[in-house]
Amino acid sequence: MAALSINNVYKTYANGTDVLKGIDIAIEDGQFLILVGPSGCGKSTLLNMIAGLDDISSGDIEIGGKRVNDLSPKDRDIAMVFQSYALYPSMTVRQNISFGLEIRKVAQAEIDATVNRVAEMLQITHLLDRKPGQMSGGQRQRVAMGRALARNPSIFLFDEPLSNLDAKLRVEMRTEIKLMHQRLKSTIVYVTHDQIEAMTLGDKIAVMKDGIVQQFGSPQDIYDNPANLFVASFIGSPSMNFIPATVVQTGSDIGVKICDDKGCVVLPLPHDKAKLASFVGQEVIFGIRPEQITDARTAYREGLPVMSCHIDVIEPTGPDTLVFVSLNNTKVCCRTHPTEAKHPGHSMELVFDVSKAVLFDPKTEARIV
Amino acid sequence: MFNSAKNTAVQPDSGVARCSGSRRTPCTVSTPALRAPGSRTAQAGFVLLPNLTVGRALVYAALLLMAIYYLLPLYVMLTTSFKSLDDIRAGNMLSLPQAWQGGAWVKAWAEACTGVECNGMQGFFWNSIKMTLPAVAISTILGAVNGYVVSMWRFRGSDALFTMLLVGCFIPFQVVLLPMAQVLGMLGIANTTTGLVLVHVVYGTAFTTLFFRNFYITVPDELVKAARIDGAGFWTIFLRILLPISGPIFVVCIIWQFTQIWNDFLFGVVFASGEAQPITVALNNLVNTSTGVKEYNVDMAAAIIAALPTLFVYMVAGRYFVRGLTAGAVKG
Repeated sequence: MAALSINNVYKTYANGTDVLKGIDIAIEDGQFLILVGPSGCGKSTLLNMIAGLDDISSGDIEIGGKRVNDLSPKDRDIAMVFQSYALYPSMTVRQNISFGLEIRKVAQAEIDATVNRVAEMLQITHLLDRKPGQMSGGQRQRVAMGRALARNPSIFLFDEPLSNLDAKLRVEMRTEIKLMHQRLKSTIVYVTHDQIEAMTLGDKIAVMKDGIVQQFGSPQDIYDNPANLFVASFIGSPSMNFIPATVVQTGSDIGVKICDDKGCVVLPLPHDKAKLASFVGQEVIFGIRPEQITDARTAYREGLPVMSCHIDVIEPTGPDTLVFVSLNNTKVCCRTHPTEAKHPGHSMELVFDVSKAVLFDPKTEARIV
Repeated sequence: MFNSAKNTAVQPDSGVARCSGSRRTPCTVSTPALRAPGSRTAQAGFVLLPNLTVGRALVYAALLLMAIYYLLPLYVMLTTSFKSLDDIRAGNMLSLPQAWQGGAWVKAWAEACTGVECNGMQGFFWNSIKMTLPAVAISTILGAVNGYVVSMWRFRGSDALFTMLLVGCFIPFQVVLLPMAQVLGMLGIANTTTGLVLVHVVYGTAFTTLFFRNFYITVPDELVKAARIDGAGFWTIFLRILLPISGPIFVVCIIWQFTQIWNDFLFGVVFASGEAQPITVALNNLVNTSTGVKEYNVDMAAAIIAALPTLFVYMVAGRYFVRGLTAGAVKG
């Protein structure tokens, strides 16, 4: 049975604009669903609709097999963590955590036990008598999670919970949320605009744009097999390279023609030849991730196509050095080993691993192969 | 000695004690959170008198002058009220009483004539209390609930409703006099304190709603969302989550309403007369009732009695007033 299923959900505002256009998502019990996309894509609206804070214009949302369209938030068996934490400013941490239980008329002894259990789990026992104004962002974040945990709901909803934290704390809390999920096996819907959070946390990712789910799948699947140009560009950092190129046939091989200021090579593609054949002579967008263009030492296979390229800029990141070159008049990022990277102005042999490269239609931006 | 100025000014936001080592300058302790932006130089000016420049001295002199200008009438009223009539005629306006006498106060409170009656201000003082307290309480509570609704529970037409309320703030008193008199007559509460309370509640709710709405609009609405998910209803959210953080705006609202209603003359003179008239109307009658000699000392005492409650409210709650007016976002 699906823990959460969203069936053909629309959200239409009074002025007639659709912010969600037929969303279909279903996840199993215990899965971690990420809704990711740029701002304005409708992901937060969708979360609010799951929570019951926004009305559903058409379609159904089911939680645990029960249609919840007409249930108020408190009857949906959910808990939510907000971006601003939304802790009640006049209450202590203890009161914040117990507020929801009190309203549900849980016995006092049970409330105390729950608060203590949750506080211990999140290591906030020493903060229980403080007020939100006296705590740091990270501590408030923990309390907000504690408030959700205390209720023990069937679904947790997270609305960009880490985006107000500084970078270091964000990484720490990310790991803690993942640990919590592994331990409690809870079902989570998590909204973020950060593709790294999406990749690291999710069991399933729904990449959204303009009110439409562009792709729904596992993180690795979305990374390796993006459905369209948008998904390919949104997931992955540094972003995938998109090189306009012509499909050419040389003998029995079909490949893409890549040029720099010195000359051209044809990178033969190992993809489905029947499909590629119909694009010969046409302009396509050749998508290849930075780690798939690298130095000879890092490339793990023999016999890959090599091209000597003129280096424009290098950006050392520590573990890798990013080398930027110009191919087909497009800036291309390559991830190389720090000791292998040459200096700007010099040429460098770059190895292309085209096995995972993808092609997009330049007009529709849809995936070709 | 002057190196201390450098020490104070150059320190980054360390939030630690800052000592110059010089004997003349004390250590100043400040935490960054408590300090308003840009106040660093001002603070240095307070701590170190050597920073007193010509410009600053001029500013202080101007401030002092204005303070005297505004306090002078109060001084004249106070001293005159304690003078005897002979003293008033003989001396100059700024002189202190030759003999301090409380007789004028007693007369103003209990014996002075306000028209035909000669029972002083006391009855009308209580009239004003009986009018002001309920009117302030009711309009403030209504404003709080209204502000909560228009800021947190947007419904179709809520913006239009708020705009209409806002327009209510700009309607001059004179415009509502006749229709209001009709309404009071129909309700059978013309010329009563109850009627005045109603008038002030109706008129004041526009202002109180605006105050509370502008305060609650700064409260993140995620707070209300979180409470709804926690299972709290309309009133629980209001009473348990928003009211506890509304202290500053309540103070603003109460001071504003209290002064407006207590000091009102027009509604009082139009909608209540005789026994039910508020103290402002009575004061006018007292001053204008001439039976022989004009008793300036009694007039002054009566005027101060009429002004005392608002003075008292400002003294008790004044410092919250500015704080409340400038209260911004509630950091959650």
